[in-house]
Parts: sequence; structure tokens; C-alpha cells
Amino acid sequence: MTEKNKLSPEVKEKLKAEYNKEWRKELRSAIPVKERMKISRQKMPERNPEERNTDFYEVNQGLDEKTARLEAQRCLDCANPQCVLGCPVGIDIPSFVKNIERGDFGASIRSLKSANSLPAICGRVCPQETQCEAVCTVKKATGVSVAIGNLERFIADYEQTKGKVHIPKIPPSTGKKVAVIGAGPAGLTVAGELAKKGHQVTVFEALHVAGGVLVYGIPEFRLPKRILKAEVEYLQKLGVEVRLNFVVGLTATLEDLKKDGYECFFIGTGAGLPNFLRIPGENLIGIYSANEYLTRVNLMRAFDFPEYDTPVFLGKRAVVFGGGNVAMDSVRTAKRLGADMAAILYRRSRTEMPARVEEVHHAEEEGIEFHFLTNPIRFIGDDQGKVKAVECLKMELGEPDSSGRRRPIPIEGSEFIVDIDLAVVAIGNSPNPLIPQTNPDLKVGKWGNVEVDWNTMATSMKGVYAGGDIIRGGATVILAMGDARVAAAEMDRYLRK
Amino acid sequence: MAKIIRREKLVPNIHLIEIESPEVAVKCRPGQFVILMPDEKGERIPLTVADWDREKGTVTAVFMVVGTSTHKLSLLESGSEIPVFVGPLGKASTIEKFGTVLCAGGCFGIGAIYPIARAMKEAGNKVITLLDVKANYLLYWEDRLRAVSDEFFVSSRDNYYDCKDYIPKVLKQVLKDGRKIDRVVSIGCTYLLYTCAEATRPLGIKTIVSLNPVMVDGTGMCGACRVTIGDKTKFACVDGPDFDGHLVKWEELFSRRKSYFHDEIRSLCYWENKVFP
Ligand SMILES: Cc1cc2nc3c(=O)[nH]c(=O)nc-3n(C[C@H](O)[C@H](O)[C@H](O)COP(=O)(O)OP(=O)(O)OC[C@H]3O[C@@H](n4cnc5c(N)ncnc54)[C@H](O)[C@@H]3O)c2cc1C
Ligand code: SF4
Repeated sequence: MTEKNKLSPEVKEKLKAEYNKEWRKELRSAIPVKERMKISRQKMPERNPEERNTDFYEVNQGLDEKTARLEAQRCLDCANPQCVLGCPVGIDIPSFVKNIERGDFGASIRSLKSANSLPAICGRVCPQETQCEAVCTVKKATGVSVAIGNLERFIADYEQTKGKVHIPKIPPSTGKKVAVIGAGPAGLTVAGELAKKGHQVTVFEALHVAGGVLVYGIPEFRLPKRILKAEVEYLQKLGVEVRLNFVVGLTATLEDLKKDGYECFFIGTGAGLPNFLRIPGENLIGIYSANEYLTRVNLMRAFDFPEYDTPVFLGKRAVVFGGGNVAMDSVRTAKRLGADMAAILYRRSRTEMPARVEEVHHAEEEGIEFHFLTNPIRFIGDDQGKVKAVECLKMELGEPDSSGRRRPIPIEGSEFIVDIDLAVVAIGNSPNPLIPQTNPDLKVGKWGNVEVDWNTMATSMKGVYAGGDIIRGGATVILAMGDARVAAAEMDRYLRK
Repeated sequence: MAKIIRREKLVPNIHLIEIESPEVAVKCRPGQFVILMPDEKGERIPLTVADWDREKGTVTAVFMVVGTSTHKLSLLESGSEIPVFVGPLGKASTIEKFGTVLCAGGCFGIGAIYPIARAMKEAGNKVITLLDVKANYLLYWEDRLRAVSDEFFVSSRDNYYDCKDYIPKVLKQVLKDGRKIDRVVSIGCTYLLYTCAEATRPLGIKTIVSLNPVMVDGTGMCGACRVTIGDKTKFACVDGPDFDGHLVKWEELFSRRKSYFHDEIRSLCYWENKVFP
């Protein structure tokens, strides 16, 4: 499953140089490999499932200093670290981990941040088990990888809470104005990178809070909003201007912004267009897109209704269609809002579920039901137009499809009805169409995704770059951030030409 | 933060709000809407623009007090600030020279139809304006609308104006009088839109309705505002708000609009208890 990263010669050179540093050698020989492999993976402290499934506070509590350093000892500091190849942005994982082991947290965070601008977020939401941790040598040897994600989170949280957030020296202003469209992880990363180069950056965001999916989609129990807030404040300290409530394409077009002196653009508008099932009855009351459901709860704080004005249906029998992170977040939210039955209905089997393993595990602990190989065919409403049931079909797995996953095929005559009062459709999102619609020159692919040159992230429009979900469709935070860094480097070059 | 330049009661329960927003003022066109939040805890409320002043950099909307958030909005004074004001959203109304255009508006839609009537007039159409009020004292902006109309009718249930009947009957009357009408545009409550569309259906007059389903983000991200048009699901916020009234699946819209009826009452009681103990 893991796609290995190709490292540039410079990065390889740097990895080697770090590896050969005196202190690293000493640290490696301090504990024999055999001893290191005896240490078991340190457990992430979690709140008890019965307690946490009734509130929205964070589930994972984070490692403490002692356990983090012990966990770091498990890393063998390989000469040829596979984990770095597993990370989509090629973080020098051994360096940041070994700095934790020796207790130099400042050096650790600096090294981490040189490749990843949002470690407190990635440490929490990256699918580590299919990336860095999938290829970890300790995993090959013992079956259990080093907890790279947990360590990443530890060190990032340490900086935000105990340490001092280091504000880099900003070079003299280049006087160049850059417009970043969308304040999701892609846009925020570009903004940070370019501000550090001395450009004058404005981020335009349609919603009234910055963060993209990280604020309206991913719930507090998985990613507390304060983390994002800290990231945005950091950007503002770097001189980035954040303009909320500004829909590029409507409030102003790219052309208007050009006239205002913006010379270079980054489109990070994400995949905000929800896909629906397209089955009869889908517009009945009580059926939400995951975007609407999560936006009501996370962004508009409907969990605290009527203190906040925005309501949300509190289903007693809630079903969520889908098998990804969005589905897990929705179903766990429904449980927290008081559902007696909160169930995932997924048309493939457990092994094909794209959600992070940890989320599935947490969901199960919290009492979420999973019904695999189940596909809805129609919703049934009552006389008030409210959903009261969904009719489903059982599926079986056939030959693999283009995604390599086995294609689900309906079993004839297997229809059955489930009584429900809330349904959430979490079967994916498509790229946001607004910018392409208002810029006919912008080349888009057949899914509505903005097309880019993958080496530079340049679009078909001069001076306009793009990255994240708008070019990939619903993908991941780390990929969005990776795209953003490539784009930022190119944009910097473009601006200096 | 956006500054409120003016907030005043036009008639009982209907208020005008003028907001400072140079960008939106420059961009907005008839039929588009804005979204605002009265305070940090409020809902995102969509309001159709009723006017704008590009030089002064302000945008005006007219709203009816219904739920908690509109109540809060109606208590804000000129000079205060609101945390969210974004727009212009949605597609603008199609303005062309159609011939004779009948503009029908009711409650907040009397304000919202104004820029459309004005633009239709400027585009060289003969404009017939037809307004619907429950009682004569609920009419506002009569002068403004008369000024852009070739013919002007008001139906009010108290028989004070031209006639006592609800708008569709007046509409039918106007149509019966032998006028050739090329297009009807209508803004107001869903019932008004529905009755206008039904009145013109047998005659095959193109009738555009500005739908106002429940919305959350207003930028096409959530699908709260989905409506069935013909056999397709559309998002009113990005595909509309204007649709062909003869293709709208009204029953679904009526029921979806009532989705949060009980929550709205609960919210209002809670807030009233807090603010007016
Ligand atoms: C519920 C949920 C859970 C997820 N869980 C995970 C996870 O555990 N791990 C993981 O790696 N990934 C996860 N993802 C995916 C991940 O969040 C996305 O891949 C990532 O956020 C994409 O970043 P982005 O910057 O491209 O876009 P987004 O985060 O979508 O941000 C785009 C921003 O642009 C704004 N915008 C759009 N159009 C305009 C415009 N015209 N003008 C101004 N602003 C505009 C939007 O309002 C939004 O704020 C999840 C997604 C969801 C929905
Ligand atoms: S960013 Fe994600 S993939 Fe890379 S090391 Fe961190 S957790 Fe692993």
C-alpha cells in the first residue's frame, strides 16, 4: 500500500550528515539493538471509552516526557532509514526521534519543522500505519513499529505548550504580493513558507474560521481547535494576513486580485463538494452530507445548542455510509450526540476501509456498530417527510477494480430494511468547482480537479499554482502540505525572476 | 468584523440592515445573496441583497424576524459590528430585455425584488410590479418600487389597496386582462413562490423563483440547501437561488424548510429567557 518516496540527492546527503554526527554515534552505541527491540511500544494514554463517547474532548492524551523518550529508544537509528521513504514529505525521522531520546527537544522540533510545517496536526491525523510506520525496520523485526506519529505529536505539543515557539527571522520584504486561496492545510503551509521568504502573503478564506477541513470537518475529539488556532497565530506573527469571509471568484476574482497587485497565486480550495448516494429519498429530512453534519457540529457548535443558535438532528438510530475517516468522524459524533445505535454501513469489507486504523479501533471501543458489505438502495420517509428507514442490499466482493480493491457486487434478493432517524452520507467529496468555474483558462481534469505539473505545482495559468485536495480530490493533510511546500519553493523562484 | 451603517425597522417585524463592505458592494448583482452572523454564537443567515451603494461601499438587505439569529440581528444598532458578512453568493438573476416582466414580491422579498425590478427596467423591459402584504401597514418601499415600475399593484388582505386577494389571484387577474407577460420573477416566502409558479404554469409563462431553503455555508460545501429541480438535485446556494418555478419539487422544499421547526422554537425560548428574564 505504501508508496515510497524518492529523496533528492541533497536530502540524502543531509540525512547522511546527520547520521554521522558524533552524538548520534554515541547514542546508537549507548543501548544495544537487542535491548532496544525488547522495549515494547509505549501506549498512547486514551480516555476511557464510556466517558469519552459522551463528550467532545480529545481522546488521545499524548505521551509524557518519560514515555516519549523511552519510545524514542525503540528506534534503531538505521543507516538506511526506511521510514523517511514512507513519509510523503520525507521528514528526517531518525533525527527528530533521536533528539527526543537524548532530550534535546528544541533540536528535535527544529529538525521536524524543517520538513513539516504542521507537526501537531500530522502527528494526530496522518495515516502513519500505511506510511512511515508501515516500513519501519522495528516493525519488520518485531511486528510493532516505532510510534513515529505519537512522537511527532509529542514534540509538537511540547513546543506549543512548554517550549517557546520559535519565530524565524524574516528577511527584508521583497515587496511581492502573494494571494493564497483557501486556509486549509495546503494554503496555510504555502503562506508560512512564502512569508518566511519575505513575501507579503494574504490568505483568502471563504468561511469565518481558518483551517479548512481541520476546523469544519475533523472533530475536536481528534484534533482540538486550539492547535489550529496556534498555527494560524504563528502565521500571523510571520506577517501573513488572513482575510476571512472572502470567497475568491465571488467577492473578488483572480483578475481583480491581480489588479490589486497580487503577482502570484496559490489555489488550495480543497475538495468541498459533497458526493451523494443518488438513491431515491435522499432529500428526506434527517439525511445529511457528512460536510453538513460535521460543519453544524464543529464549526457552528451545534453540540452546544441552544447556547449556539445552529441546531443539528439528534438521532437515536444513526447510520453513516462510508468507510473513511470522514465516516468515522461522523459516526462517532452521532454517538456523542446521544445515539443509541450509531452504525457504519460500508459496501466493501473491513480490509478495504480507508480510515486510519486507530480511528476504527477507537470507534469500536466507543460502541460503534460496523456493517460491512452493505449498500443502501433507497430511503423511506414518514408522512412529515422525515427519514424513518433505509433499505439496503448485501454485497459480495468480486474482482479488484481500478483502485486495486475488490469490487462489491450486490447479492440478488438480499434486501433488508433498517429503521433509522438520522443518516449521514460520507462517501467522499469532489474538488471545489468555484475557482475553475470563474477561470475558464484554468485546466481541470475529468473529476473537476485542477491540473498541475507535478514537479512544480504550476497550473495552466501563469503565476497560478495549486495543491492539496483541489488537485487530488479528497486526500490527506500530509499530501496537501507536501504539495504546498513544492509549490511554495516554485512560487518563490517565480517571484524572484 | 463588518460594520452596521444602519439598522432600522421598516414595518413591524421587517427590518433593513445596511452593512459596510466595499468589496461586496462593488460585486453584487440583483438576485445574489450575502450571509451574515449576528454574533459569534449565531447561525449563518442568508439574505438576498436589496440594494447597494458602490460609492459608499455599503450593501443593504431586508429581513424578517423569525428565529433567534434574526431576532438578535434586529436588536443590533447602527455602528455596531457583526463577526461574519460574506458575499455576494449565488448566481445573479438573468437580466435581459424580455419584453414585459412581472416582478412579484412579498414580506422581505419586497426589498429583495427591488434591484431586480430596477435592473429589468434598465434593460428596457416593461416592468409590472406586484406586491403582497397581509395588511396595508406592512407595505414598505412603495415609492422606490413605483419609480421603477410601469404598472404597480398591491394585494393586501385588508382590502386597502388594489385588491384583497392573495397574490396568485391578482396575478391571474393581471394575466386575464390580456397583458402579454414574457417573464415572471418572484421573491418572498415559499408559499408565495409556489402560488406564483402554479398561477403561470397553465399559461406557460417562464417563472423564475428565488428559493430560500435552509443553508449553512452558502458556498456549495454542505448541501443543506439541496432542492429537486426537474429530476436533478441542485444546491440553491451555488446553482441558484433562482430556478424555474415550474420545475421545482415544491412538496420537498416545503417539508425541508420546516426541518428545524421545533429546534427554532426551543432556541428562541432559551434565548428570550436569557435576554429578557
Ligand atoms: C471529516 C474529515 C476527516 C478527515 N480526516 C483525515 C485524517 O485523519 N487524516 C488526513 O490526513 N486527512 C484527513 N482528511 C482529509 C484532509 O482533511 C484533507 O485532505 C485536507 O484538509 C486537504 O487540505 P486542503 O488545504 O487541500 O483543503 P481544505 O482543508 O479543504 O481547505 C480548503 C479551504 O479553502 C476554502 N475555500 C474553498 N473555496 C474557496 C474560495 N473560492 N475562496 C476562498 N476560500 C475558499 C474552504 O472554505 C476551506 O477552508 C479528512 C477530511 C475530512 C472531511
Ligand atoms: S508526517 Fe505523517 S507520514 Fe510523515 S513521519 Fe509524520 S506521521 Fe509519519
